[in-house]
Amino acid sequence: MSDTSNPIRDAINEAIAEHEVILFMKGTPEAPRCGFSARTVAALDALGATFAAVDILPDPRIRQELSAISNWPTIPQLFVRGELVGGCDIVTELYESGELAQTLGVEAPAADAAEAEPAPMQIENRLA
Amino acid sequence: MPSTDELKQRIEAAIPGARADVTDLTGGGDHFRATVTAAEFAGLSRIEQHRRVYAVFGAEIGGPIHALSLVTKVQA
Repeated sequence: MSDTSNPIRDAINEAIAEHEVILFMKGTPEAPRCGFSARTVAALDALGATFAAVDILPDPRIRQELSAISNWPTIPQLFVRGELVGGCDIVTELYESGELAQTLGVEAPAADAAEAEPAPMQIENRLA
Repeated sequence: MPSTDELKQRIEAAIPGARADVTDLTGGGDHFRATVTAAEFAGLSRIEQHRRVYAVFGAEIGGPIHALSLVTKVQA
């Protein structure tokens, strides 16, 4: 296949590889722009998890390429150690069953571990 | 605009033996929730079970079907 360079796909793959926990979402953790993204952030926050976040809204190609990579049609998408864990439904289910803490490798009821969240990542800024 | 009945029928037609309960979350005909129980989910991860249901609708997810929230269960 003729492979035309695909900087957005490369940047997404890199971001997934570089971050142990990364959430692709609509909006930012501080200002989610969709209820499903908000719920997923809330589950991660409740466990005091540190995660990188990518806002997919600024460029429709991010979502398109992400879904092509992950074979998953909806947003948000949570990746842990390079693997797609799921979207809002699965993350919520895992949170409620206590499995999310295990998946993330955090203590179950992390009480006061609210650490400074990393600034949302901009895929566009990583493009040369 | 898809209806809950249409979604239910399409899921049940595409996944043999599946039982789907579909609700319209907002009444707007574009945010749905489906609980799908199927024997063929046995041995699949949650991700794979959800992919199986999303595959029924292809590109309609994110389009006419803005959101399809899923709960999948293995038929006992």
